[in-house]
Amino acid sequence: MSERSPSPQRAAYLRAQRRRKRLVLALQILLLAAFLGLWELSARLGWVDAFIVSSPSRVVHTLVGLQNSGELWLHIGTSCLEVVVGFVLGTLLGTLIAIGLWWSELLSRVLDPYLVVLNALPKTALGPVFIVWIGAGTESIIAMTIAISIFVTILNMHVGFLSTDREKIRLMQTLGATRHQILWRLVIPANYATLFNTLRVNVGLSWVGVIMGEFLVSKAGLGYLIVYGSQVFNMDLVMATVLVLAVAAVVMYQLVLWLEKFFKNRLGVTQ
Amino acid sequence: MKIELRRAAMTYQAPDGEVAALQDVTFGVADGEFVSIVGPSGCGKSTLLALIAGIEHPSGGEVLVDGEPVRAPTGKAGLMPQRDQLFDWRTIWGNVTLGLEVRHENTPARREGVHDLLEQYQLSGFARKLPNQLSGGMRQRCALIRTLATSPDVLLLDEPFSALDYQTRLAVSGDISQIIRREHKTALLVTHDISEAISLSDRIIVLSHRPATVKAIHDLGALRTVPPLERRSRPEFQTLFNQIWEELDVNV
Repeated sequence: MSERSPSPQRAAYLRAQRRRKRLVLALQILLLAAFLGLWELSARLGWVDAFIVSSPSRVVHTLVGLQNSGELWLHIGTSCLEVVVGFVLGTLLGTLIAIGLWWSELLSRVLDPYLVVLNALPKTALGPVFIVWIGAGTESIIAMTIAISIFVTILNMHVGFLSTDREKIRLMQTLGATRHQILWRLVIPANYATLFNTLRVNVGLSWVGVIMGEFLVSKAGLGYLIVYGSQVFNMDLVMATVLVLAVAAVVMYQLVLWLEKFFKNRLGVTQ
Repeated sequence: MKIELRRAAMTYQAPDGEVAALQDVTFGVADGEFVSIVGPSGCGKSTLLALIAGIEHPSGGEVLVDGEPVRAPTGKAGLMPQRDQLFDWRTIWGNVTLGLEVRHENTPARREGVHDLLEQYQLSGFARKLPNQLSGGMRQRCALIRTLATSPDVLLLDEPFSALDYQTRLAVSGDISQIIRREHKTALLVTHDISEAISLSDRIIVLSHRPATVKAIHDLGALRTVPPLERRSRPEFQTLFNQIWEELDVNV
């Protein structure tokens, strides 16, 4: 232990931390700039075929064109709406089914092998089935999205419900609580953290479902733009759409994180 | 007798066989008495409390509270569980009124009673805080107030202090036992800590290995009126400790 006052050391430590943070940020920006610069340069100097790999300037040009024609927001809006609907329905239905499984041990035992199989099945294989059954439209894309997130939701939430502290359940029982009260006052609140984790996973899965669905059947949406662009060999359009997709997915993920933070503060969830 | 067990037995059925937890357990607890149950770990102490609370039913014999067989949780018995089991997502107020809420007894008069309890035990300033903002001792007092809020006659304490560190435990257990005596409750404390049992109780029941049956009952006699911490320095304390230790027959 040093005899000196800790404050100069503390100041030095904080300075070093700040310097480190700035360094990381600078390197991150540099990496992006280098990537974009090299891409642009190699396209302009003809090292690669700009028709095949596009280039940052062509991507920007395409985006501006999409924006001016008003198409950009139509496609973003279509995909986002499908993601939100699929995400909400998948999470809601999954949670409701998990509650049913918690309520009836018999039901959970009976359904267990089916859930395992459905969870393991690559849901994209169901795409053509949905198209035939539901029709070539938005409904099939949403069905696809729900199929992709619902089974993980059911399994995660059910495991969470089952792991509710047995002592707390005993406490509720001695207070004379009904099963209903145990569910709403203990089991569900005790699993807020599980729910938020599931939400986070489901945002990503819902995007997978929507893009897959749009690849198979669609007249609008980001997935549609990507498929259309590749079919007419307009790689500028494909690259520009991938970029928009990345931004949209990150924004939605951040929204869920923000929602989570908001509710955790209000509900006092500590995990 | 406030609580009476007559040849109570409990056998659990499981796919790989049956487990006899309790066998021929007979004892009584008088109104206002503080009785501890000590026994080897896993001997079925918690099962005893579950039977008295009415959340499990004996496979043999009888369990009576106020002379009536216990068939379901009646509200006569309140449980103080292992660790405090406060709900993290509820404020202290939300936690201490949980029982009233569950029983639809959340009336102004009852709320007033809970307010008084919080006041009396120096927690009224913390009603809006969350449990993780409180110290271990305060959380323990909240758990007790949650139990007292529904005015049970009988308190069932299931190793409530086992998660606390030693110093806190000495202070909190003394504190809690004083509150219980002041409120004139009948208390049954399950513990594996012999010193704790001796310093808090009027009588101590020693259970055997599984299937548990009553091995011995010790009356604290003259020590009954001595405060918990003081008991620890009495010569009888060590004698009784050694005797119970022998009876527990601990093999490591």
